[in-house]
Amino acid sequence: MITFEQLQKTYPSRGTGQPVQALADIDLTIGRGEIYGIIGRSGAGKSTLLRTVNLLEKPTSGRVLVDGVDVTALSARALREARHSIGMIFQHFNLLSSRTVFDNVALPLELAGVAKAQIRATVEPLLDLVGLTDKRDRYPAELSGGQKQRVGIARALASKPKVLLSDEATSALDPETTTQILHLLADINKRLGLTIVLITHEIAVIKEICHKVAVMENGRIIEQGPVFDIFAHPKHETTKTFVDPVINRGIPDSLRARLSATPVPGSNMVLRITFTGERATSPVISAISRKLNLDLNIWHGQIDEIQGAPFGTLVVEAIGNPQSIEAAISLLNVNKLGVEVLGHAVPGNLRAAV
Amino acid sequence: MLSPEIYALLFKALLDTLYMVAVSGLLGTALGLPLGVLLAVTGRGELLQNLAFNRVAGVLVNMTRSTPFIILVVAIIPFTRLIAGTSIGTAAAIVPLTVAAVPFIARIVEGAVREVDRGLIEAAQSMGATPFQIIRKVLLPEAMPAIALGLTLSVVSLIGYSAMVGAVGGGGLGDLGIRYGYQRFLPEVMLAVVIVLIVLVQIVQSTGDWIARRVNKRNLKS
Repeated sequence: MITFEQLQKTYPSRGTGQPVQALADIDLTIGRGEIYGIIGRSGAGKSTLLRTVNLLEKPTSGRVLVDGVDVTALSARALREARHSIGMIFQHFNLLSSRTVFDNVALPLELAGVAKAQIRATVEPLLDLVGLTDKRDRYPAELSGGQKQRVGIARALASKPKVLLSDEATSALDPETTTQILHLLADINKRLGLTIVLITHEIAVIKEICHKVAVMENGRIIEQGPVFDIFAHPKHETTKTFVDPVINRGIPDSLRARLSATPVPGSNMVLRITFTGERATSPVISAISRKLNLDLNIWHGQIDEIQGAPFGTLVVEAIGNPQSIEAAISLLNVNKLGVEVLGHAVPGNLRAAV
Repeated sequence: MLSPEIYALLFKALLDTLYMVAVSGLLGTALGLPLGVLLAVTGRGELLQNLAFNRVAGVLVNMTRSTPFIILVVAIIPFTRLIAGTSIGTAAAIVPLTVAAVPFIARIVEGAVREVDRGLIEAAQSMGATPFQIIRKVLLPEAMPAIALGLTLSVVSLIGYSAMVGAVGGGGLGDLGIRYGYQRFLPEVMLAVVIVLIVLVQIVQSTGDWIARRVNKRNLKS
């Protein structure tokens, strides 16, 4: 649905400063009907990237294909036409304070020259869809943040777009309202088959509704793929810092203090085992313990759900002879479970010596 | 107390003032509003950036605004004669009043339009709005409360300016005050003129405030 090809964006230097590269070598494909999340810290370039889709931000070079059409090559008129099929919602809602809820939702249709009767016939079902029928004649100042964003969503859907761009749409909302708005977006995605591209700095948003995710840093995409894979096996350091707090891959500080990078006399190996998909429920641990005569001292564990699939991590101290531990690691690998050696557990009484 | 003749003069002067302020206010708005919008949207980084136009219009506006009104009245007498056919009288006085009102209103409108949240412009662009549609459907409606207050201020200023056009035989309340109250030393006429002006300004200000409140939907309580 959307393809970025070799996209670059450089802001010319201001005064004596260096030119700023906002986007570098962006290659990304977003499939039809996907909810695609782009996450990054502020200044990572995610907002700039999102705005190249409807050309609110003009790339320095490269192409952006939306439904097969290169938007960077369109004339001003053709671009305005193309924008009718790309809806957008904003962090601060950007509703007109001078218009009622109904008239705000009607605005894109008015701009496109749609007849009054047709506007009514389009807007009223949309207000129903977002649950604001009883607020149709209210002004934005009379609405809560969540209601304002619902108006924003209805407005973005009014011109029956193929793509919905979401610019930090839940960042100004409280957690409960955020969940409601995200569910509304997921529902719209399912019902209308709408492709949604959303940017956020909150990993919880990605976890909640996205199918795929791209992680951005310094204008580049450093990692991308299905949300489940990125959560289960984050590769880049930045991705790990995003993912860790949500799925709690980290281990408590009190236990971390007992870890040493290299073996010391009397230490045991500490492993992190990652369970994904249906394997999260299979009793591999007890089987290993029995077969190889290993004691697995569980330090820390967590089971979670990402995109409806179970996902768990377990940190264990393996107590037994080294051959058995080697065998256990290869057995886990054979079973396609993630295994990672975190370090070596220093016995409590030896800590001072390390 | 005032004699019936003075009452008649006062009434005539009030009508003259109302006539001059109303016509110059309307013409000033008709010309100043579009000029103000153009000043706002042609600035750097704005919707229809055109720095050459912006700078030239800006300088013209500043030149007019920095000329003291009484000097402006005299300085543009040839222009007044060209437009009104004469340079003396109430109708002729409308020309300098309008010339003063246009840049005043333009700056006020420019300020009001610039105050509109940029996010709204971006939202309208994302919907495929043309620049003209953005001005008509977004900028003007959203700036309307500020524009209403600004126009009120302009009308009050015009009432003040209109007192000076007696210099070119413009008539009106200010002229009456100077000629009868000051030159003929009739303090009660001066007092009456001042009271009428105070009431007039009060009415204009209250009406303007009321309109501005009506068009402002930003502070509604849920």
